[in-house]
Amino acid sequence: MAEALLSVRHLEKAYQKNVILTDINFDVHKGEVVALLGRSGSGKSTLIRTLNGLEPFQKGELRFAGEVVQPKAATWLQLRQKIGMVFQSYDLFPNLTVLDNICLAPTKVAKRARAEVEPEAQSLLASVGLAEFADRYPRQLSGGQKQRVAIVRALAMHPEMMLFDEVTASLDPEMVRGVLDMMVDLAKQDMTMIVVTHEMNFARQVADRVLFLDDGTITADTPAEAFFTAPPTASAKEFLASMNF
Amino acid sequence: MDWTVIAQSLPQFTAAFWLTLKLSAIGILGSLVVGALVSLAQYFRLPGLRQLAMVYIEISRNTPLLVQLFFIYYGLPGLGLKLSATVSGVFGLIFLGGSYMAEAFTSGYNAISKGQLESGRALGLTNRQLARYVVVPQGLAASVPALAANVIFLIKETSIFTVIAIPELTNTALDLIGLYYRSNEYLFVLVVAYAIILIPLSVGLTWLERRVRYGTFGN
Ligand SMILES: Nc1ncnc2c1ncn2[C@@H]1O[C@H](COP(=O)(O)OP(=O)(O)OP(=O)(O)O)[C@@H](O)[C@H]1O
Ligand SMILES: [Mg+2]
Repeated sequence: MAEALLSVRHLEKAYQKNVILTDINFDVHKGEVVALLGRSGSGKSTLIRTLNGLEPFQKGELRFAGEVVQPKAATWLQLRQKIGMVFQSYDLFPNLTVLDNICLAPTKVAKRARAEVEPEAQSLLASVGLAEFADRYPRQLSGGQKQRVAIVRALAMHPEMMLFDEVTASLDPEMVRGVLDMMVDLAKQDMTMIVVTHEMNFARQVADRVLFLDDGTITADTPAEAFFTAPPTASAKEFLASMNF
Repeated sequence: MDWTVIAQSLPQFTAAFWLTLKLSAIGILGSLVVGALVSLAQYFRLPGLRQLAMVYIEISRNTPLLVQLFFIYYGLPGLGLKLSATVSGVFGLIFLGGSYMAEAFTSGYNAISKGQLESGRALGLTNRQLARYVVVPQGLAASVPALAANVIFLIKETSIFTVIAIPELTNTALDLIGLYYRSNEYLFVLVVAYAIILIPLSVGLTWLERRVRYGTFGN
């Protein structure tokens, strides 16, 4: 198998003395979709936030595209251009229009010309049915629309990998599908993704592999289908049962 | 009320009026700059600068302008820095106003959801870019009412310049009263002069607050 796009070795993360993640090891290959599952408080958010430096970690090593990630500010700024991330709270910039939200990072961070970024932003918006919302402000959008814009905003940076942290968790039920479909499409386009989700059907549909976090340690790293049909540990089985799966 | 007394004092009051306006304007602009820098150092928790900002705010807010002016005008020469009364006054006003403006900005910034910073960082934006495109535009809009109140406050505070004999409005009135013992006339002119500055300004600022509140970001 080719070299992993992302590899995590012996990663440990603590808040003060409180160790949250212990000896985390996994690889993500190009084009792979990994579902990161686990109970509330097991450390899913903390883990994916350490992957782009939003949270510092204390031990271990991260490699991206074969290179060791030096945990310092300049490296993180570089890496964040390659790893997109979308959060549960959509967090669009309310002072900018939808279009400006999308164009901000590509023009200011990636220093691309606005004339080149804008048509691309427009067509990304159109592809998720939001073409006519380009000039609106976030306040004028529904939760589901905002979240779709947040995903487009991350994609406009041409990331090599996407991290999703429960992006449908605060949406009204009728808004969830549209956002999930967007991620399904991305997976089909071979986007490399790590997806934290409580939507088990979606995870099963979209993921190639499941990482199961138990109290800060990865206790299962299995092909997705196997994880759902024959949960590898008692804890995973219990977890799936608790999700009514 | 003797109108000829008033008429005779007008040239002096006019000069004082413009001086008050000028010193206020410089003081307010300076306070805005200091306030913006101090509030950003605090907001982005810049190491070192943030602690410095905290100390400055405590000193500035917890000492009277009168004492600050005395210190700058009478105290600093002892440390080898001699400033004219006017320059001392402006520095004093900026020293006082900077902390008030900083707190006004900070209250505006604090209305911004932390999640926006996170998602901005995740997009690769630097603190400076976040400040420029996200934090300041929103914070500014949210802090306009507090900033406006500070503008009025600082203009009124210039009356304290009289203690270091800057010939602004209050000083001029007190001088004339001391010379000619006509307090009614001079105090009347003084009140009118302040009203001419403050009332239109206050109306204008209220209009601005409304506009900002209802006109921005798709409200
Ligand atoms: N800023 C913080 N300071 C201290 N402890 C924290 C902090 N953030 C998270 N934790 C702790 O870290 C642990 C893991 O939290 P995390 O948010 O990563 O869990 P999660 O798996 O994402 O949970 P959920 O499914 O509820 O989102 C929890 O015990 C939490 O209390
Ligand atoms: Mg979480």
